[in-house]
Amino acid sequence: MSVFLLLPLVLALGALGFVLGRSRAMTSAGGSIRNLHSLPSYYGFNVALSVIVPALGLLALLSLLLPILIDNRVSAFIPAESIAQDTTRSLVMSDVRRVAEGLDTAIAAGAMSEDEARSLSTDATDVRERLGAVGVALGSTVEPFVLEAAQSYRAQAATAQLWTTLLVLGVAIAGFVVSYLRTNRDFRARNVVENGVLVLLMAAASIAILTTLGIVLSMLFETRNFFQDYRWTDFFFGTTWSPNFRGDSELGIIPLLWGTLYISFIALLVAVPIGLFAAIYLSEYASHRFRSFAKPAIEILAGIPTIVYGLFALITVGPFLRDYFAQPTGLGESASSVMTAGLVMGIMLIPFVSSLSDDIINAVPQAMRDGSLGIGATHSETIRQVVLPAALPGIVGAILLAASRAIGETMIVVLGAGAAARLDLNPFEAMTTVTVKIVSQLTGDTDFASPETLVAFALGLTLFVITLGLNVFALYIVRKYREQYE
Amino acid sequence: MTDLSAGGIPTDRPKSSLLTEDARTKKRNAAERRFKMYGLGAVLLGVAALVMLLISILGNGLSAFQQTYVTLQVELPADKLDKEGNRNRDEMAKVSTFGYAPLIATAMEQTVATLEIETELSAKEQGEVISKEAAAQLRNFVLANPQVVGQTIEFEFLANGRIDGYLKDRVTRETAALDKNVSPGQLDLTDALMEEGVLEQRFNWAFLTMPDASGQRPEAAGLGVAIMGSIYMMLIVLGLALPIGVAASIYLEEFAPKNRITDLIEVNISNLAAVPSIVFGILGLAIFINFAGLPQSAPIVGGLVLTLMTLPTIIIATRASLKSVPPSIRDAALGVGASKMQSVFHHVLPLAAPGILTGTIIGLAQALGETAPLLLIGMVAFVREYPAGPPEGFFDPASALPVQIYNWTQRSDPAFVERASGAIIVLLIFLVSMNALAIFVRRRFERRW
Repeated sequence: MSVFLLLPLVLALGALGFVLGRSRAMTSAGGSIRNLHSLPSYYGFNVALSVIVPALGLLALLSLLLPILIDNRVSAFIPAESIAQDTTRSLVMSDVRRVAEGLDTAIAAGAMSEDEARSLSTDATDVRERLGAVGVALGSTVEPFVLEAAQSYRAQAATAQLWTTLLVLGVAIAGFVVSYLRTNRDFRARNVVENGVLVLLMAAASIAILTTLGIVLSMLFETRNFFQDYRWTDFFFGTTWSPNFRGDSELGIIPLLWGTLYISFIALLVAVPIGLFAAIYLSEYASHRFRSFAKPAIEILAGIPTIVYGLFALITVGPFLRDYFAQPTGLGESASSVMTAGLVMGIMLIPFVSSLSDDIINAVPQAMRDGSLGIGATHSETIRQVVLPAALPGIVGAILLAASRAIGETMIVVLGAGAAARLDLNPFEAMTTVTVKIVSQLTGDTDFASPETLVAFALGLTLFVITLGLNVFALYIVRKYREQYE
Repeated sequence: MTDLSAGGIPTDRPKSSLLTEDARTKKRNAAERRFKMYGLGAVLLGVAALVMLLISILGNGLSAFQQTYVTLQVELPADKLDKEGNRNRDEMAKVSTFGYAPLIATAMEQTVATLEIETELSAKEQGEVISKEAAAQLRNFVLANPQVVGQTIEFEFLANGRIDGYLKDRVTRETAALDKNVSPGQLDLTDALMEEGVLEQRFNWAFLTMPDASGQRPEAAGLGVAIMGSIYMMLIVLGLALPIGVAASIYLEEFAPKNRITDLIEVNISNLAAVPSIVFGILGLAIFINFAGLPQSAPIVGGLVLTLMTLPTIIIATRASLKSVPPSIRDAALGVGASKMQSVFHHVLPLAAPGILTGTIIGLAQALGETAPLLLIGMVAFVREYPAGPPEGFFDPASALPVQIYNWTQRSDPAFVERASGAIIVLLIFLVSMNALAIFVRRRFERRW
């Protein structure tokens, strides 16, 4: 039975459990709520939760673990010597899965019977042609061992599905029976249900930890694989980036980091003055009416998806900069450049800097401004010499957060910065960043055995560490500052 | 005081007065005005950037909602399309699009001849005014309505992308002379056909409903599959992120003891909110696709990744709105004998619901525009088939709105720039309506204590 059938079935059983549990409690209390320990619906919830939670937990666990188990067992089926020189076990396995899916499709389309699929052999029939007839295109003729493995894969998948169905339904029914039998007027249903709900709440809260763990572990694991094929010193200190899927790639991170930092620097050069001055003007000078129009307008910039900025860089800013600055001055010929990406990213960061700085400037106590104005300073002198120094740690924190955003930004640089890894000072040249290379190494058909693919995980881990470091540092500064005035 | 004013003022310095500004005050006031102008300038620059962005997108994209159509009388000869003569759909399907293409070319030639338009173009060149997608369109129509075979029907075809571009001023005679896909003669023919009313520009519903098309057929490319994929992903995000986010916030805000584990969770949540989105894509690729074996390009994987990304937003919003419910509500509930759990679920949560809803909608809007992680989990694939209905459809390949935009920017035909900008307009309309809904919910339902 497929998951799509099992899931509603378990839920229906849970609903039934609710009704039956509730009525059993009422019967045991002689029809009067006053004789019950808890409200009647708690008895229902108790049965329903005992049915649904363990069964669905088991279902999730099994559907995660069984495919891995099957893969391992089928993969052991493939003789090591039949894996050709230019391929890997995982590629053969994906062939096996494809053939198995093809057989399923053929049966579903009525082109083949179940028995036929089981007893098919490459000597008698051309499997590729028969599967091609039902619309499953295979890249090459099917090797006998692949077909055998696919058949065993199908058999094991069927067994696994049967066991999943039996186990899940078994657990659901067991939960139903146990909790139903326990239901009587003295059973403390509310306490049990509330404890159960509390456990569910805790599980939900711990997903945040699991996510972080998942991010770190998945990247650490693949990065370790990468460093087994590629020397870590060459990765961290190499100054050339030229991946080459035939092998002998040079995968130095330095040019990518340089591009990332250069673009982020230009972005901050745009965003920090504009954002800061906008925040100062809006919080210190602007009339209420102007503020109520301008502040949301600037904050709209924060809600625009980055792909929109990317397209803006690609079709408007890039050609504009090339035609009016780069080509007349002879600095570059390319529309995608550090300047393009930096400018557009700067625009994206303006609301980020301005709203954070706005909060921080507003947190400076009014008494400090009054004191300064009272001894005759002008408004701007007060801001420059009293408010800004007091707000400085917070503003530095905001800038660091903006920097971490800029470093991790992907779509603007993918569309605006170019793909050539280069160590150059000219801002009108196309350069590339860490995020661009993660995208280009991991999109399309990827082979998880080659260092050219795995390097993306090392790049991702580097990016994660840098942005995490910046964030932690920035939050530390901001928090430390806030404590001073509260 | 009098002593000082009598002899204390140095004689070489001019008398200062409060009524006339001295040089130094002038300087200070000028600096003040300059500073204020810098601030105003910065605000205006920010607003100008927004306006430029919108003008650029609207200017490039609005024309995507207009499309050129050619209306022709097409003869559908039975001896070619249905050799057996029994209108059996399976047998008719054996006639491929190559069987239909000549019919359209003939129809075009006849139309040009009956309208007495003078042209030096060959029949093939005249036929090229119509999209390459036309044969497939006609074939699908005939297969859906077998009874039309043998008749002459009026059919609307898409015009070729270059012809469409000419009518939108993207293609000119100069560029056409250099372009091997279109010739100035075809543009002359276009003008003539336009005058006769054979060609017309209309609102382009197909842009919103049709699937993507190949790089040579920008006129046929639509957002149908991408919108479906995005909606599926939003359903998954809503179905997972809202309950998990609310549950996590209730635990952290109402039940969690102050200890190291709680601290760890809190630090994790605030850090996850700042992790670059592409890292979530790597997580999705490594965990959901490679480890758990979920299919590539499927909305389920995209939905799961976006759920993890949206969770911090929803948790932060939910906690803020739980915090804003005054403790007196909890105390009153506890005072009349409710358990802690009952006070939270029966009283605090309903009062916090508008804030939670607002936060959720804003989180969803963020997730809708997210592109980078979806690139890594294979949603860039070229998908022409619509996914099936949920829940099976969650596992079918699909595209997503922002990824479709990215996809179109990577194609060489400039007509795709128009399509991409048009798709952005669609995306922005979705975002604006979601945010408007959030503002409405906040204004209408939120209670302040």
